[in-house]
Amino acid sequence: MSQAIQMTGVNLVAATNGVYRTLLASAGVSQDDVACLVGTGYGRFNIKFGHLMITEISCHAKGAHHLFPGTRTVLDMGGQDTKAIRTNERGEVSDFCMNDKCAAGTGRFIEGSARVLGLSLKEVGETSLRSTRPVQVSSTCAVFAESETLELLAWGHPLKDILYGVHSSIATRAIGLLQRVGIEPELTFTGGVSLNSGMVRCLEEQLGVKLNTDAMTMFCGAIGAALFGLERMASETTEPKVSAR
Amino acid sequence: MLEDGRRVIAKLSARTSYDFDKAAALLYEECLRLAGLRADDVSYIIATGFGRYRLPVRDANVTDITANSRGAKFLFPGTSSLLDVGAGNARAAKIDGQGKVLKFRATEKCAAGGGGFLEKIAFYTGVEISELGQVALRSTQPVSLSTVCSVLAESEVINFVTQEVPMENILMGACNSVVGRVLITLRQVGVEPEVTLTGGLTLNPAVPRILEARLGFKANVSPDLFFAGAIGAAVLGYRRRMKIGKVEGRGG
Repeated sequence: MSQAIQMTGVNLVAATNGVYRTLLASAGVSQDDVACLVGTGYGRFNIKFGHLMITEISCHAKGAHHLFPGTRTVLDMGGQDTKAIRTNERGEVSDFCMNDKCAAGTGRFIEGSARVLGLSLKEVGETSLRSTRPVQVSSTCAVFAESETLELLAWGHPLKDILYGVHSSIATRAIGLLQRVGIEPELTFTGGVSLNSGMVRCLEEQLGVKLNTDAMTMFCGAIGAALFGLERMASETTEPKVSAR
Repeated sequence: MLEDGRRVIAKLSARTSYDFDKAAALLYEECLRLAGLRADDVSYIIATGFGRYRLPVRDANVTDITANSRGAKFLFPGTSSLLDVGAGNARAAKIDGQGKVLKFRATEKCAAGGGGFLEKIAFYTGVEISELGQVALRSTQPVSLSTVCSVLAESEVINFVTQEVPMENILMGACNSVVGRVLITLRQVGVEPEVTLTGGLTLNPAVPRILEARLGFKANVSPDLFFAGAIGAAVLGYRRRMKIGKVEGRGG
């Protein structure tokens, strides 16, 4: 019915309230019309309203399976982590693996490069597609993205080639994670970075397979959460509404 | 800018962007103006640091670790161990009586032991980086950050902020984390008093405080040490110029 997204910032309670209001308004419904509200993601423990909490891993698996029923492997790439998830034919998680110590190989590296170049996240992906002579980007730490990008620019490398190198190095690390859980087709790419055409290309080139991705894969976590809410309501057939936690 | 290898006559710093040459040229012009000199009066220029190869006016270049060691020795002659912490990484060196580097280690793959970590924390919490150390020093119960990664620390810090943990406790926790990482690098080269702290983190008052508590002795700290790299480069420049011989003007 509707979807909305917002940068969390430091005040995640305010961000959640804001995005919820936007959602209700764009769907044209009131809070009373909402039968079940499910929280997911890192901030879910700090949200005071809602009926259910589910980890983002389960939600992404379920959401990806809903959009692309043939999904058996999910790559969820966001601003600070990258998750490789194996799912079964019902969209349930069978194995998963993520970057737990360090944000190398996440979208944060792209954000850093975009910021110093003054480009939007959409533009960095598109610019990288025009690369003709890719540059090797050596940094692994996402914090070094800015200084390495600046240094490569200072040495006279074209923007498009630097950006291709940035995407390529992240793709390599993400594939390392995928290999730990095992890659079984179909592979669905979710999370904010799935909107980045440069990243889709680098992953497809290195993996040699096509990825499932579309404008909605960024919302896979939320879609999965909503589906868990639906299941919960169906299981409580005597009570039309789920009791508040 | 150093006169006769002894007296600092002008010092300046600026934030660089991708155009290192331009930032350096501006600083050079401004230093000349401050010292009341013309370019002809300068007999030798040494470039150091990340962009040292990109400075067209240089006579020579030296690595930042060499420059910082000489600079630390110039300001604190008793220095045996050097800890240089900038935005990107931390470097530790053991140096001899002349300020020559005997052994050195640097963090390079990860920003955890660098000032960049604190810059990120400042950004997440909305505290100015220049005030972060002062605020942190008010802490009575510093938090313990479980993640080493600057990016992953973001969620942890946001969680602390949401739980209304006092800001000074979060910031002190972050400073503790950086010093913890930096000390690993320092211990790899061996800690031997006197320890001198150089680089941008010398400007953060919480960092030397924590460092001294962990080392169990005083470290050499001074705002001048922010310029240790530049001073060390100038000291080496003077020495080289003397070796070449006393010819008037540059290029002689």
